[in-house]
Amino acid sequence: MINAKFAGWPSLERWWPAGLRWQAAAIGAVAVAAAALAVAPLASLIVLAFGDTGDLWAHLARYVIPPALVQTALLLAGVAAVTIIVGVGTAWTVTSFAFPGRDALTWLLPLPLAIPTYIVAYVYVDILDALGPVQSLLRAIFGWRSAADYRFPNVRSLGGAILLFGLVLYPYVYLAARAMFQTQAGLFTEAARMLGAQPWQLARRITFPLARPAIAVGTALALLETLNDIGASEYLGVQTLTLSIFATWLNRGSLAGAAQMACLLLVIVAALIVLERYGRRRRAFTALGTDGRHASRITLAGRARWVATGVCVLPVLLGFLLPAGYLLHEVVGRGLLSGFDSNLVRYTLTTVTLASAATSITLVIGFLAVAGLRYTKHPAIAGCVNTAGIGYAVPGTVLALGLLSPLVLMDEALNSSMRALTGHGVGLVLTGSAAALVVAYVIRFLAIAIGFAQAGFSRIAPELDDVARILGAEPGRLARTIHLPLARPAIWGSALLIFVDCLKELPATLLLRPLNLETLSTYIYQFATRGSFEQGSLAALIIVAVGILPVVLITRYVDAATWGDGVQP
Amino acid sequence: MKIVRALARTGVAVSAIITGGAAVAQSGDVNVYTYRESKLIQPLFDAFTKDTGIKVNVISASSGLEQRIKTEGANSPADVLLTVDIGRLEEAVRSGITQPIKSDLLDKVVAPQYRDPEGHWYGVSMRARVAYASKDRVPQTTLTYEELADPKWKGKICIRSGQHIYNNALIAAYIAHHGGAKTEEWLKGVKANLAQKPSGGDRETARDVAAGKCDIGIGNTYYWALMNNNEPDKKAWADATKVILPTFQDGGTHVNISGVVLAKHAPNKANAMKFIEWLASEKAQHLHADLNYEYPVRAGIEINPTIAGYGKLNADTIPISRIAENKKAAANLVDKVGFDN
Repeated sequence: MINAKFAGWPSLERWWPAGLRWQAAAIGAVAVAAAALAVAPLASLIVLAFGDTGDLWAHLARYVIPPALVQTALLLAGVAAVTIIVGVGTAWTVTSFAFPGRDALTWLLPLPLAIPTYIVAYVYVDILDALGPVQSLLRAIFGWRSAADYRFPNVRSLGGAILLFGLVLYPYVYLAARAMFQTQAGLFTEAARMLGAQPWQLARRITFPLARPAIAVGTALALLETLNDIGASEYLGVQTLTLSIFATWLNRGSLAGAAQMACLLLVIVAALIVLERYGRRRRAFTALGTDGRHASRITLAGRARWVATGVCVLPVLLGFLLPAGYLLHEVVGRGLLSGFDSNLVRYTLTTVTLASAATSITLVIGFLAVAGLRYTKHPAIAGCVNTAGIGYAVPGTVLALGLLSPLVLMDEALNSSMRALTGHGVGLVLTGSAAALVVAYVIRFLAIAIGFAQAGFSRIAPELDDVARILGAEPGRLARTIHLPLARPAIWGSALLIFVDCLKELPATLLLRPLNLETLSTYIYQFATRGSFEQGSLAALIIVAVGILPVVLITRYVDAATWGDGVQP
Repeated sequence: MKIVRALARTGVAVSAIITGGAAVAQSGDVNVYTYRESKLIQPLFDAFTKDTGIKVNVISASSGLEQRIKTEGANSPADVLLTVDIGRLEEAVRSGITQPIKSDLLDKVVAPQYRDPEGHWYGVSMRARVAYASKDRVPQTTLTYEELADPKWKGKICIRSGQHIYNNALIAAYIAHHGGAKTEEWLKGVKANLAQKPSGGDRETARDVAAGKCDIGIGNTYYWALMNNNEPDKKAWADATKVILPTFQDGGTHVNISGVVLAKHAPNKANAMKFIEWLASEKAQHLHADLNYEYPVRAGIEINPTIAGYGKLNADTIPISRIAENKKAAANLVDKVGFDN
């Protein structure tokens, strides 16, 4: 039975019998707590923004903001185009068709995520710059003597930045879109096919519109990640708003001015998100259940299958194999394995522990917050869910700065109560420990968990809830037995993103870490700032290796779960 | 329920890290917050521990440490803050997280222009902002900063972002010498001479000169030495370039300092004082010179041969604090002339 409908905001009827309402409210409370957590650093940012900034804004408005806005807008537009084309194109191809290499490509495609963006930028500049292998080869072939004799596109440019960011960030769109394509009931597709639709018509009329919320989430994440970047933008010479915030803070010595600019950035981001939501208002499509019957993949033949392979191999090659290969080359060339820094084992353990802890907490909060919204249908809870993802919209260093005050406040409260109890304080328990990092990661990456969970939930027909409710399922059971299983592909997709993002998180880790704590990404960074990032190649490859295992496991699991040859939803 | 078990397990692991962190902060070591890369100064810390038996605990970051110490307040574990730029030293003093160091020993060995008159910060080592010039295409062996705006260099100069702290300090020093209006003219002139939009780091600047994209690149003294001595695959870049120590027309070569402050609420003050004084010792100054290719602040310490090979450093005598005062003006001028755009 096909049931696609235009579902507006569901009615606010009271669903639950009085005896069960507390459960819905308890789950809804998670959303409130999540929003409070996310707002805490922003509140202290706003306090900072109230400082005196003198004539700063006259200067900023005249000389800084206009060019930075233009550069930022162009960068974001370009990155959006690249990530959507590559992410949606590859996700659709691997979901709809069977072709040589498809199985491996499904898990190879997310891998560019695992290498920090600025490292990929360094690698590409090394490869493509005047003294790199590509231009050296060209010079040898054509007999040119120096870089002044010919023109070669400069990687250190806006165009270069767009391509590089696009190559590294398309997996956000890929993972989001693929999770949606996979859970789309094959019924739609099969019906359309029976009516004679060609694959492309099918994609344009059914598959893409149905996946639009997910594509929007993935693209938004990729763009926020772009806005958060400092290292690669500065290195590639793109003067973004984020870089201007840093120049204001560090060179103009105006933390207040920087905080105000960060707030401005936040307003712009919020406006864009609202605009996107408005664009697809009242256009929620849901499907009644996934009954294990999915459209079979079309087996490609002839030239088409190699085109499909090529389309999917190219982003993996450029976004992952080439940079990873370069790092491997440096590891071997520099003898980093024989002169193995034994501390790396400890750093890897620390990194994985922190990432796992933060990922689990983020996923649980994200799922419960979105479930809470569905069970309470309360506008206030909706506001909380939207607010909870805001930590992703401020640059990591700004988030860390904002988080310092709330953390210290909690520590001080803890200290005074301990002093009252035992007579002496305990020092800075949160601020002085890795707990600060876990809190920062959770706040930062909640947007991913919430975005993916929302996309997952949006595909589950409300009728299913009704049926379960009528049959007497209480909210907790509804979450466990209906929503969690049905949203699982989306949740696993977000788990992957969050875990890998935690592995490579740098700015907040640098500023909030306790004494003597090193993660893989801070380890790499200290070489990079010294002009010799290659020395950190091994650590970068360890991040890749640690990231690959969950990518493979989760991709396989999601495939098995949704294609019916393994776990039944 | 699997999730619950996994959560419990990770909870235990995280708690282990937490208690580990708390233990570190409580013992009688010395806690160093540093803008200098920890790997780079680790040998220095190890030598200190060997000499004194005092363990060094480290947090290194690239920005925001003053703010962190300030927010941590009276409970802050920070004993000392090490910086790589004069601006950060002044910022630390301005945000009220320092206390006077008061050391006759330091006053004796650190020249007055490399320390705060009130004793809130002391310089530890210095780096100069210099020119990497093409050996083939630049015959001259001397250069002034003013000359970088000369149209004869049109399309021949490479430099990283004008907002990078190293360039910010250089431009601030220019303002200290010539005033804002002349500096603006100069920046416009330098911008007109750029071979490409400012990007990359000092090391890319050297590479661009070696590749023939430009004739003169602006960079710090130690990058060239690292390429020449420590990184075989970059030796060719160093070989194609020579280092010229530029000077101001009415002064010397622009230097920036790495310095140290004593945190206001330092929990291990005695150890911190030992550490700060040790940094100025002959041994530590030698280590700085040889490991990091920096100029020692202590007179009479031998400079590393590679660095000495650049020629005799005639460091600019304009007080460091005057450079710090002009940082904001320098940042504004960079925006005004659209240096990075």
